[in-house]
Amino acid sequence: MSIEIQNITKRFPGYTALDNISLKVATGELIALLGPSGCGKTTLLRIIAGLETADVGSIILENRDTTNLPARSKNVGFVFQHYALFRRLNVFDNVAFGLTVKPASERPSKQDIRDRVMHLLKLVQMDWAAKRYPSQLSGGQRQRVALARALAVNPKVLLLDEPFSALDAKVRQELRRWLRKLHDDIHVTSIFVTHDQEEALELADRIVVINKGKIEQEGTPQEVYDHPANSFVYNFLGNVNVFHGRVRNGKVVLGQPLPDERRELNGHEVKTGQAFIRPHDIGISKIRNGNDHPGVIRDIRLTGSQITLELESAGFDTPIEAEISRETWRNLELSKGEEVYITLDKARVFTGDFEI
Amino acid sequence: MQQRQNHTASPSRTPAKNDPLAVQAVLIGLTLLFFAGFIFMPLALVFSQALSKGWQLYIDAIREPVALEAVKLTLLTASIVVPINAVFGVTAAWAISKFSFKGKTLLVSLLDLPFAVSPVIAGLIFVLLLGSRTPFGSWLGDHGIKIIFATPGIVIATLFITFPFVARELIPLMESQGREEEEAAITLGAGGWRLFRMITLPNIGWGLMYGMVLCTARSIGEFGAVSVVSGHIRGMTNTIPLHVEILYSEYNYTASFAVASILVFLALVTIGVKTALEQRLEGSHNTRH
Repeated sequence: MSIEIQNITKRFPGYTALDNISLKVATGELIALLGPSGCGKTTLLRIIAGLETADVGSIILENRDTTNLPARSKNVGFVFQHYALFRRLNVFDNVAFGLTVKPASERPSKQDIRDRVMHLLKLVQMDWAAKRYPSQLSGGQRQRVALARALAVNPKVLLLDEPFSALDAKVRQELRRWLRKLHDDIHVTSIFVTHDQEEALELADRIVVINKGKIEQEGTPQEVYDHPANSFVYNFLGNVNVFHGRVRNGKVVLGQPLPDERRELNGHEVKTGQAFIRPHDIGISKIRNGNDHPGVIRDIRLTGSQITLELESAGFDTPIEAEISRETWRNLELSKGEEVYITLDKARVFTGDFEI
Repeated sequence: MQQRQNHTASPSRTPAKNDPLAVQAVLIGLTLLFFAGFIFMPLALVFSQALSKGWQLYIDAIREPVALEAVKLTLLTASIVVPINAVFGVTAAWAISKFSFKGKTLLVSLLDLPFAVSPVIAGLIFVLLLGSRTPFGSWLGDHGIKIIFATPGIVIATLFITFPFVARELIPLMESQGREEEEAAITLGAGGWRLFRMITLPNIGWGLMYGMVLCTARSIGEFGAVSVVSGHIRGMTNTIPLHVEILYSEYNYTASFAVASILVFLALVTIGVKTALEQRLEGSHNTRH
């Protein structure tokens, strides 16, 4: 079931939550809406589900305009951040709910409902808890029940609103992988909202980065990580070193302006720019090779499989953070206070929002 | 519920244990003294006065037709008022806790109006609004409908006095439960009525009952507003509290206290039900996540 979001705009008093958003999701795709909190991603999800109405624009599900359909007729599965299980119903009745409220003409027989619910509970590995109540389950278990409940009505699309953010790190990672596997098995078109870039990178077929109600970039995890469209995406996806400087001949120059540069400018406005480079793209060497900067190691930190170096270099107003593998670290025999040469060839430069 | 268990499991943690014995004794003593003076003594007095001239007179006072009419009218009023206010309370609480709209704060403050206004004034408002000398009242009178100094007036005044109880009880409960369960039910295809019956009503059940108990208690005991609109017609527009007052002002103390003991009995039942509900209600607050 494909989803087409056309020119959706939503304003709340005082701010615009969504500003002319258009997006296509192919059948069977798993899409992540990634952005900081308050960027409008949850609003977009709720508009697709019909829990919120857009001021402008339409939602097309499989070539059918569902914009004005009430939420209960949309046949969309929705998984909430805080599970939203029915506290007065047990796990079985929670999952069966969507089937039991169907009009008599469409409602499956009692036995069919039973079979379907037990099948789904097995799928989410919760069949042992059918008689329990939500308050007797852990967060991860509740969210799996919530997922089974959403899937029970055979939804055309599955929408997940920060489904793992209320769980602790270990469970979150486990459930993430499990969801990816589940999606590979059942192929229901899914959109999930997250502010966790790691989650988006690991789980999604495609990532849509949203900021202040606008789409900043969409693409595969690799595309958005390796080729961020602008400084926001660069900043939001992963650690990054940002250097501020002046743009000169298509390059960012750091440090104080030189006398000849001042003459050149001659009263013209200085163009400022930012250079971005990920810590693991920084080259560290003990031998000078022309196009690099001398620097001093201020700190060495062990971060799991990587070594993080904090470097200081003349002309850079902020410390530079570099990541190298343990092997490189051993080969170079680096120690605190040592002088090294830093290569920033992979840095990318943006002025305003444009890349040079 | 769980907290309570924790407390009983580690009684050494209760702060009172750390206070000197004298402080404990004084505080408990004062509380008991107050209870004795203001609650136990009057209660005992009601029954002792009612029975002062023997069981026979007590039973006669209660079985007197006028007294029975008063009991009937009181129960009739409560049985009309409580369901109406339950429906109104659920509606108002739903609107206030689950939607945001203009004038919501004003509505919430207006909900407290019956608590703020003196019941006598409330009664007068309805006399001025619906009395036989007002245009609307005389029009109704022409069509043979009498409101003031009749049962409808008593019901209306009681409705006004007791309408905040259910809503006041439900608003915080519904706010703490949020909208997500209803939203989940909607996305699963549930229509309005099923949603209310299967999800909302079970979730607010105990709170609703608690509010209704308070509402019942007040509607049985209401004096001021009812006194203004009733006209004190014996055997017709007298509720229990009004009847007690009439008997008392006629120096018929024994009968007065005998009828009052019915009110006390009803109050004790109410408190019992209320206490039982309070414990269940605590449970329904706690089962959230």
